[in-house]
Amino acid sequence: MNVAVAKTGKGRAVSDLFASAEGRLPGSPDVIAVRREAFESYERLGLPHRRIEEWKYTDLRALVGEVLPLAATPDAAALKRAADAVKAHAVDGACKLVLVDGVFAAELSDVKALAAEAGFKTLPEVLDKDAGLLKTASTDAVIALNAALATDGVVLSIADGAQLSAPIQIIHIATAASASAFTRSQVSVGKGARVTIVETFVAAEAGAYQVNDAVIVSVGDNADVAHIRLMDDAPDAVNVTSQFVTVGANVKFNFFNMTTGAAVSRLQGFITLAGEGSELSANGVNLLKKTEHGDTTLVVDHAVPNCVSRETFRAVIDDRAHSVFQGRIIVRPDAQKTDGKMMTRALLLSDEAEADNKPELEIFADDVSCGHGATAGALDDSLLFYLKARGLPEKQAQALLIQAFVGEAIEQIADDTLREHVIGIAERWLERRS
Amino acid sequence: MALLEVKDLKVRVEEREILHGLTLTVNEGEVHAIMGPNGSGKSTLSHVIAGKPGYEVTDGQILFRGEDLLEMEPEERAAKGVFLAFQYPVEIPGVATMNFLRTALNAQRKARGEDEYSTPDFLKKVREVSKSLNIPQDMLKRGVNVGFSGGEKKRNEVLQMALFEPSLCILDEMDSGLDIDALRIAADGVNALRSPGRAMIVITHYQRLLNYIVPDFVHVMSKGRVVKSGDKELALELEASGYAQFEDAA
Repeated sequence: MNVAVAKTGKGRAVSDLFASAEGRLPGSPDVIAVRREAFESYERLGLPHRRIEEWKYTDLRALVGEVLPLAATPDAAALKRAADAVKAHAVDGACKLVLVDGVFAAELSDVKALAAEAGFKTLPEVLDKDAGLLKTASTDAVIALNAALATDGVVLSIADGAQLSAPIQIIHIATAASASAFTRSQVSVGKGARVTIVETFVAAEAGAYQVNDAVIVSVGDNADVAHIRLMDDAPDAVNVTSQFVTVGANVKFNFFNMTTGAAVSRLQGFITLAGEGSELSANGVNLLKKTEHGDTTLVVDHAVPNCVSRETFRAVIDDRAHSVFQGRIIVRPDAQKTDGKMMTRALLLSDEAEADNKPELEIFADDVSCGHGATAGALDDSLLFYLKARGLPEKQAQALLIQAFVGEAIEQIADDTLREHVIGIAERWLERRS
Repeated sequence: MALLEVKDLKVRVEEREILHGLTLTVNEGEVHAIMGPNGSGKSTLSHVIAGKPGYEVTDGQILFRGEDLLEMEPEERAAKGVFLAFQYPVEIPGVATMNFLRTALNAQRKARGEDEYSTPDFLKKVREVSKSLNIPQDMLKRGVNVGFSGGEKKRNEVLQMALFEPSLCILDEMDSGLDIDALRIAADGVNALRSPGRAMIVITHYQRLLNYIVPDFVHVMSKGRVVKSGDKELALELEASGYAQFEDAA
């Protein structure tokens, strides 16, 4: 092992991180061996940096420097703060599963209500028997680190044909400052099932924390799934989350992510269309200000013929913030009749705001329809003047135009209650701005 | 006190002077037509009164009920009762017309220290006005002016005028791009808003509009000045003789 590489920016030996965490990590001895291997992989790689192509615009070594020690198991006071946060951020009518500082909080969760609708286990319960959930095909360092250090998570299985009327909301709450939380969850959706999963990331009076989450989703044939992620972290937090989705045949999968906080955030989604006749709608909004850095990286892999994918991404960037969108569409040699489109637009609210759009099409089939478009620009002065001439003050006029701009992505959320919930978060972001 | 006093106004756009000392007084209840050839500065005058950026006032004053309009932001002017009906109303995708109307009306009321309209009162008022202007309800659910025809856009401007109840309405080339039927509907809407407390400035290139909106006064602009003022007969004279005589006079 190369010790020089294994040091963090601040010189702390990274192996200390694993040694200090090991006593907290759930899993059989076999599982711990898998974790150690994953950690060694992370040690070799270190935090991703700009010379790694996938991380070119989000240099975690420069932006984050080091991984903080694991947060302590939440005490009663922390759980009380978390309970308040749950109230503030719950989606109306949702079945809630709450993770506080990377630990599942049964007392804040609707486990009983869920039991009637879906199979539920925690990550430690699953890892007692099997390390499979810690394994992914990815060689990414942050994902390896997640496999090594994941303390908890929710493992959901939705039965074939189940029609869940209420959304399941997984709420990640940080109550500990200057500490990190590692979580890994799994959602398996049966054939013909219908479900909405919401994941919310928020703080309860904590700052400068780090989140590293991974979620593994598999969707059976003919299922209808909405998956919504709301990264509404504290302004000085770091949130790196990874999402792996495998979609069967004739599925409708509607994915949406919105980032409205965190000093540094990255959502990396890897979505594989593995069954024919499926439709993917993957959409996102970044609302960034101050010096925030928000990265959405989506890889959509058309592995089979006759699937449709649509990506709509909007970034609103104020002050000196930096938004990154990397969208890759892969069309495998067999994936004829693929229809893949990606459109990303950035709205720059200040001269120092920065947007990086990196669309990539990798097409190996010859009978496909694929395209991408990207724009970046400021608010239209003629629209602003029209609104002001009708009595709207500058900030209010801007807010109306910004809402319209992000609305093009938000309106892809079909459920009225959820869409209003998301619009509410965007409106609060706009209020904080003015 | 006059409602609007424009005194010896000089305005530049970039390095070019467009208005070279324009004077105009408008009292409550009066309808003034401003006519003139293209490039005479008609639209510049309307933009400067409404507060559009990009114009530099180098000399002169604009007083509205005695207050210095040039010191106010466009939204303050709107709240005080200045309304510009745009020659080319912009399309605002994603902002529903109804939401826009309510937001604007309440912003103006808030600026004046008035209570916001209740939703039922607001809806009732919009329905009344839109019906009289032949504006279908589904148009109000669409984005502001998105996919509207030229006539619909102008009617939407008149709808706002009726809702906001301004004391000074400036109609900038309201007839441009309208066929005769669309023009009649828009003009009927404007005429319904004539009242002793409200003044209008009707800017137009053609006399045609003034058959529908009959002015009390007509001013001819040429090369950035008012070169002749008179009553409605002046518009007919112009129709017969054209603007050439005034271009020479200026």
